[in-house]
Amino acid sequence: MINVVTQAKLWYWQRLSAMVLALCVVSHLAMIVYASRGGLTAAEILARTRGNAPFAAFYSVFVAACAIHVPIGLKSIAVEWLRWRERSASIAAAIIALALLVMGFRAVYAIFV
Amino acid sequence: MNEPLYAAIWRGKANGSFSTYEVPRHESQTVLDVVTYVQRHLDPTLAYRYACRVGMCGSCAMSVNGTPRWTCRTHVAKVARGNTVRIAPLAHLPIIRDLVTDMREFFDKWTRAKGDFVGTRTRRDDLARVAPNSPERTAADAGVECIGCGVCYAACDVVGWRADFLGPAALNRAWTLVNDARDVGGRIRLRAVAGDAGCHACHTQGSCTQWCPKQLAPTAAIAGLKRATAKAAVRGEL
Repeated sequence: MINVVTQAKLWYWQRLSAMVLALCVVSHLAMIVYASRGGLTAAEILARTRGNAPFAAFYSVFVAACAIHVPIGLKSIAVEWLRWRERSASIAAAIIALALLVMGFRAVYAIFV
Repeated sequence: MNEPLYAAIWRGKANGSFSTYEVPRHESQTVLDVVTYVQRHLDPTLAYRYACRVGMCGSCAMSVNGTPRWTCRTHVAKVARGNTVRIAPLAHLPIIRDLVTDMREFFDKWTRAKGDFVGTRTRRDDLARVAPNSPERTAADAGVECIGCGVCYAACDVVGWRADFLGPAALNRAWTLVNDARDVGGRIRLRAVAGDAGCHACHTQGSCTQWCPKQLAPTAAIAGLKRATAKAAVRGEL
């Protein structure tokens, strides 16, 4: 069982990460729409992203915000809607957080290096 | 007005069912009038609660057509669907019998939310001076008229999802005390109302605020508690 102080902190982390995600998602979508107007190949994408530090930094922040925001929300859904016990929901959320971090940073690494 | 009203009223415990009664219509008739008519003229075994009949005591709340309401001040004309009305006990509370629910858990949660005033003065001290227009007094004023009817508790989805969620009324009470300049139980109270059983479980859907018969805003009180716990957490005082 997570103690109340941690529960409260998780809530605030989710709120803060939501604010970050709001900016990231809008920027991400705007970038896709802008960059792919005339069609874009994988090679062209990689040519722009490889070695592009600001690009990698932006997506690192995006991945971190996802890895914080998503598991906390899924844990609440599991407890409230699926009637999971707090402990199993927390464990599942931690696994999802880890999976998001690994997959997200792997993708960032793949387009940067 | 000459057409009779068909009142479907919940009978029995949790596994009970609705029984329909034909009740004469009257001008300005309330839902409580309908229930009282059934009990006095049609079936004296019908169990229900009321006391003041004027919207002060908070004991007559029931579910009317699926919406929690104070029945003494709910006009049939406003809520009837055609000539029918469906009256059930409040949701999220164990049914004792018919329209009577067991409110113990509801009020126990006020205690768990540290809803009791903690003062330091004795009868030999002067009265505390609280500026009536101070922000704290204004915030306390906004929530202090709660009559403990349980409408918000029955309206709240989170109460149905999380058995240990303190609920809008208890959290609203805690918020009035957080804003009470004389109260010294703040730190313990903030800890009691924080977390997944407290203010942080609220999804801000606002059903409590929508249906509160006193037009209070427990949603705003809960948002206030979230701010207050955040401040306390940053200072390391939670």
